[in-house]
Amino acid sequence: MNDDGFKACTGRIARAICLLALILPVLAFGSERVPKPVIEIAKPGKCVEDTATMRREHPDMLKHQRDLTMHEGIRTRTHSLKVCVACHASPKTGSVLGQNGFCQSCHEYASVRIDCFNCHASKPRLASGGTP
Amino acid sequence: MSADTNDGLSRRGFLAISAATLGGVMLAPGIRLIEIAAGRAPDQPVSKRVRWGLLIDTNKCAPGCDDCVKACATENGLTSTGHPRTDAQWIRKVELKDMRTGRASSVPVMCQHCEHPPCVEVCPTGASFKRADGIVLVDRHICIGCRYCMMACPYKARSIVFEAITGQNPDVPRGNGCAEACTLCVHRVDRDEQPACVEACTKAGHNAMVFGDLNDPQSEIAQRVAKYASTQIRADFRLNPGVRYQGL
Repeated sequence: MNDDGFKACTGRIARAICLLALILPVLAFGSERVPKPVIEIAKPGKCVEDTATMRREHPDMLKHQRDLTMHEGIRTRTHSLKVCVACHASPKTGSVLGQNGFCQSCHEYASVRIDCFNCHASKPRLASGGTP
Repeated sequence: MSADTNDGLSRRGFLAISAATLGGVMLAPGIRLIEIAAGRAPDQPVSKRVRWGLLIDTNKCAPGCDDCVKACATENGLTSTGHPRTDAQWIRKVELKDMRTGRASSVPVMCQHCEHPPCVEVCPTGASFKRADGIVLVDRHICIGCRYCMMACPYKARSIVFEAITGQNPDVPRGNGCAEACTLCVHRVDRDEQPACVEACTKAGHNAMVFGDLNDPQSEIAQRVAKYASTQIRADFRLNPGVRYQGL
């Protein structure tokens, strides 16, 4: 008797947890409680690959390109970080970093540290030739 | 029949390509539409047929002139952190005086881009490396900042960056905790330009520096080193630097 009652009780709790797990994300996203990355694309047009590929594979592309450029002097523009920055820098701040910066907002959301800009320029070169 | 047609097409294609190639390479004896020796397509890797070198004529290098040093700092974004003793230094002017004769000379000294670079030999991670065309570089993605290369270099060419850097030149990434040195302005060389120091020296009318391919007998630098005596600093180490000095 006691045992049965216990079983029924745990069963109810388990069901409640399952239900909660299912509806929590819906609640969370529905009510905008989770901050989402701000993806501002100032320059309309196509990126070098489609969005899904870019989201998943941009680190590999950059890494592959960086070794080619560094060691073999291959300076094609398609997968070059410099060209990424030139296109994706925010028109307001001129940078891919910062609160709503193209790189930083997404990397903050995904909680992935971004080391590129410890060395690389986060702003494109100005038309005048100087750096901002 | 179809095989014949294919054969004919491919033969015609071959002829067309050959003609195009010939026309592209040479319009008339001595006149080329496409320069073969100079210029490398951006998707082509550097070749070891090229050996970049620098010839510095110390007779034309004026004491006190630091046009090359300033041009280097501007090009590569070497700004002062307010600590001059530890600031990165890619090129410096060294004043020499022969005490017996009193002859003074002033020479710019930078990474000598050795054929057998000691900095590459000692690097524990492989970050310090020599490119196929003889330019010695640091791959900052691999550098751990141990500074062995700084100790190994007999020319004091390497520096380490002690502080975080912002506002880099997009062509010259630099950052805290990495060793660095003169790159012969590799980003400019890759687009067929001269290093910033050489350009500044020529622009100011000093003409003390010549940059070019030591392996190309037609280049000015190769002809100059073949004609005039030039020395390498500490040639006794037999590192065969790519930077040579005339009149030293």
